[in-house]
Amino acid sequence: MKVKHTGKEPLIRLSKRTDISIFQAIAVRAAAILIALLLCSLIVMAITGGNTGFFQVYADMFKGSFGSSRRIMMFLRDISALLCLGLALAPAFRMKFWNIGAEGQAIIGALAAVTVIKKMPFLPPAAMLAVMLCASVIAGAVWGIIPAIFKAKYNTNETLFTLMMNYVAMQLVRCCVILWERQPGSNDVGILPAGNFPKLFGVDYGINILVVAVLTVVAYIYLKYSKQGYEIAVVGESVNTAKYTGINVKKVIIRTMAISGAICGIAGFLLIAGTHHTINTGIVGGEGFTAIIVAWLAKLNPFYMLLTSFLVVFLNRGTAQIASACGLNSYASNIIIGVVLFFIIGCEFFIQYKLFLRHPRKKEGV
Amino acid sequence: MKKFFAVLLAVCLTFAMAACTKTPAPDENKPGQDSADKDFKIGIILLHNDTVGYDKNFIDAIDAAVKELGLSQSQVIYKKDVPEDAKCYDACVELAEEGCDVIFADSFSHEAHVLKAAKEYPDIQFLHATGQNAQIENLPNFHNAFAKIYEARYLAGVTAGLQLNKMIADGVITAEQAKIGYVGAWPFAEVISGYTSFFLGARSICPSATMEVTYTSSWADYALEKEAANKLINDGCVLISEHADTNGSPEACEEAMKNGKLAYHVGYNIDFTNVAPTANLVSSKINWTPYFVYAFGNIMKGEKVDTDWCGGFAEGSTLLIGYNNANVTEEMKADINAVEEKIKAGEIKVFDTSTFTVTAVANDSAKTDADGHLTEYMADAVADEAFTPDTQVVNNGEFQESTVRSAPYFNIIIDGVTAENPS
Repeated sequence: MKVKHTGKEPLIRLSKRTDISIFQAIAVRAAAILIALLLCSLIVMAITGGNTGFFQVYADMFKGSFGSSRRIMMFLRDISALLCLGLALAPAFRMKFWNIGAEGQAIIGALAAVTVIKKMPFLPPAAMLAVMLCASVIAGAVWGIIPAIFKAKYNTNETLFTLMMNYVAMQLVRCCVILWERQPGSNDVGILPAGNFPKLFGVDYGINILVVAVLTVVAYIYLKYSKQGYEIAVVGESVNTAKYTGINVKKVIIRTMAISGAICGIAGFLLIAGTHHTINTGIVGGEGFTAIIVAWLAKLNPFYMLLTSFLVVFLNRGTAQIASACGLNSYASNIIIGVVLFFIIGCEFFIQYKLFLRHPRKKEGV
Repeated sequence: MKKFFAVLLAVCLTFAMAACTKTPAPDENKPGQDSADKDFKIGIILLHNDTVGYDKNFIDAIDAAVKELGLSQSQVIYKKDVPEDAKCYDACVELAEEGCDVIFADSFSHEAHVLKAAKEYPDIQFLHATGQNAQIENLPNFHNAFAKIYEARYLAGVTAGLQLNKMIADGVITAEQAKIGYVGAWPFAEVISGYTSFFLGARSICPSATMEVTYTSSWADYALEKEAANKLINDGCVLISEHADTNGSPEACEEAMKNGKLAYHVGYNIDFTNVAPTANLVSSKINWTPYFVYAFGNIMKGEKVDTDWCGGFAEGSTLLIGYNNANVTEEMKADINAVEEKIKAGEIKVFDTSTFTVTAVANDSAKTDADGHLTEYMADAVADEAFTPDTQVVNNGEFQESTVRSAPYFNIIIDGVTAENPS
């Protein structure tokens, strides 16, 4: 199609940025978060008909995560759960293997842990936790390996495959809940009597936090400095290059997904032993999907993931508190979280590209 | 860039100033109230939110109770959409830390998590609807509550029976075609007790009535409930009732009626007259206001609250709501009121064992006479870890529902009802 030249400059022009400094990039991101937060308060004020003060919204948001020492522990617990799933996704995503199945891999890990509690009640507490951990890791790894084998052997679409595996895991849990429910039809297994973490140094959720902290460091070293981490990066960049340099691509795919699934299994184990002590189909609560955002926003760097999971959990807890304080429900929380994430993801565009507006003084009369 | 930040700063400052000049909302409290009442704080934990019938029913009751007790809405803190896991315990802890004097949770599987918090906060009173463990735990600060909803369900069934009779008399259906469909959530005693009382009410009026039950395996799933109702309508059911939390089944019935099929609807907890103006007849409802007025009132006065409370017609806890005048005539209403008076006077017993027979029972302790009428039944009324049947509940020719504990324990599929296993 021929473009008609009007002799006018277009209203907006884009050009790729190559020279943005790290400070500018941080400034753009900070501006995005500021505008998003500003908008959040306005949205809450609008929904509540002006009954909520402008700064009250921020006070509640802060209170959600830091309102008391117990809230801080819950906050750290939630970060560790989300971060653990993000860490699990990082190796797969580096390999450009789109693992959308973290939710299911964590659920099956949780189910394995509960199975141990149900079927081996004779184990002493420490041994039970050890067996639960092994069972969760194996279950998660198996759930990761299955789509990996199909990808490696038959080049199936891993996005769909891992996604579908989520629902298989959920239905297995549904089935087991019916087997284990405390009363027919109640759909409730109650709080499990064994397999709970003790407090660590007198702190609730201490073990969850410690385990994930160690995992973060290990994942960073594995991805950045190990030979296997390098192989993952090469396969992700170009399968042909990897083949040319003698990397066994199939082996790398299967091994990496085993690791990814195993870490999800650990996440499931932590949810059972450290947090919920019960099981139902919603036990992971969609965190397996949220972890995708966490991992990508952090550009798959484990330490940046600490920041992004902090941000997401801060928003979750903060908006839940806003909803409670203003008599709203979770729809309002989701709107606010959506707005903030929209701005944060959107601002990456402005870091990548530069906008040129048509200069107003050059405008000719119509 | 600089210009952009300048504008942003200006916008921020404008709002900051607007916020500073905002006058505080006028205090809604009545002048006569003493300070103890003003400091009274109520925490409410809901499984869903205002958009789901089950939870809306509680929200309405809280609103009414708060008004009746002369409290202000600002004294109620809600935690909505709280799942049945550690998040429920978190919600209890957060409400406790916000200074609540009483914390209420509305869903069956919240109980274990609320109980955990109750043990940790002995100075705070915890109330839990539909639960079963308060009597076992016997804590001074943990209380269960339910209502004799089977009475109102029976009345709703009477309404259904009258409608079936009207259809038979009009020649629209034959007596054999008087088939009722029931959309249940889970094969849980609460649901089974509910549909059995509904069916007994209907059959007391229309003796040829039968009933088919379909489970959705979810307490609140609009699509599944609609699908289940459509399946029942296709199976030849001419009247649908339900025990689930969304608008799925009334909307399915309304659509079917508009397409020329017969599918009258009897609801639960919500007035569906507007949702299904042609299909709807009436709804049975648990009104939680009397319980909240009683429990909150006693806690405010520092008095004891029953460990396990069960309200009925007398307390105003169970009732029929939303008569659809398009379908329910004045004569029908008079008949229904007459039955209600008889239930109140004890002349009609809902689970009168002479009115139903049993062939297959999943419980070894059940004994029947030669005709199949229940003579003995050990119910698992006292909750324990093993869930063993423990209490004889058939006395004086009646299955004694909600007497040993408030939460229902009638879990027998009686003759005339076909219930398929949940998918």
